Amino acid sequence: MAGPGRDKWEPAERVGSAGRSASSPGPKFDFAAGFAPPPRDPFVPETAPSGGGSSLVRPYAVTGGRTQPKYQLQIEAMVAASHYEARDLSTLSPECQAILGFCRDWRSVAEISAVLRMPLGVARVLIADMAMDGLVRVHQIDHEQGRPDMNLLERVLSGLRKL
Amino acid sequence: MDFASSKVAPPEVAETAMTSVKIVVAGGFGVGKTTASDGVDDLSHTPDKKTTTVAMDFGRLTLDAGLILYLFGTPGQHRFWFMWDDLILGAIGAVVLVDTRRLADSFPAVDYFESAGLPFIVAINGFDGDYPHAVADVQEALSISPRIPIVQCDARNRNSTKAALIALVEHAMEMQLSAR
Repeated sequence: MAGPGRDKWEPAERVGSAGRSASSPGPKFDFAAGFAPPPRDPFVPETAPSGGGSSLVRPYAVTGGRTQPKYQLQIEAMVAASHYEARDLSTLSPECQAILGFCRDWRSVAEISAVLRMPLGVARVLIADMAMDGLVRVHQIDHEQGRPDMNLLERVLSGLRKL
Repeated sequence: MDFASSKVAPPEVAETAMTSVKIVVAGGFGVGKTTASDGVDDLSHTPDKKTTTVAMDFGRLTLDAGLILYLFGTPGQHRFWFMWDDLILGAIGAVVLVDTRRLADSFPAVDYFESAGLPFIVAINGFDGDYPHAVADVQEALSISPRIPIVQCDARNRNSTKAALIALVEHAMEMQLSAR
């Protein structure tokens, strides 16, 4: 069985000219009744104010069009590069290489998205793929159980007081 | 191409456990929510973190060697409200920053956190130490339970922000205890 989704990743350069259109297909969302649908894909960063930072590629091209991650990743889930053995990282897409490089220390999904200028939905798909491939380690609280437990809250409290 | 066979379950880290928790900061536009997420922030070396993804506004606080607290500002614009569900999932709770001059801006956040059962506190944002409205008045105007703490907070001040966060965590703990 092929690695999950890997064969579908399109390195940014290859999509190049085809992806320069300003519009974006974007993911589908269920908007609660009463909310007007957004005029544009909300997961696409606003045109970077600093200039030159916006991607030329349709956001979900790098995920092969997939908008659903292989498993649920919280926005604050921590991600770190695995201690991988000799592995040819040049076969990875530039986006995945960037994630690996950035995650030498623990980083949250939110940070990866913001710092690497990657729409949150795209980051989630890629990170979940990479976790399934053993490229990154992911740590997140099992939120099936609801909210953080008392022990964790105690720890947060004592940490805050020491700030 | 041996990576094709290396599919593994999502790995849980055992040896160097790193836990993250989050607190949501909500407030009508312009009440200083950005400042609150920044006030006690160790992510400030990250350039453009607020401008990159419109819908995301967050700060990061290292609480101990294995514990990081993220503060997420809720997107104010209606078109990003769908993100709120994502933000509150598994959150410790929320701080609703209130500008008493524009109290009505806080109603949607209060309604939302109440209906979601998320522990939250109200932080009256004072400007230059000036809090023109009494806590009791704010409580009545927002029609919230007297059990919900209301604190005064200058979102630009680190200690003030810290005190508000502590009040929220304590409130979240009380709610858990009373639910038992």
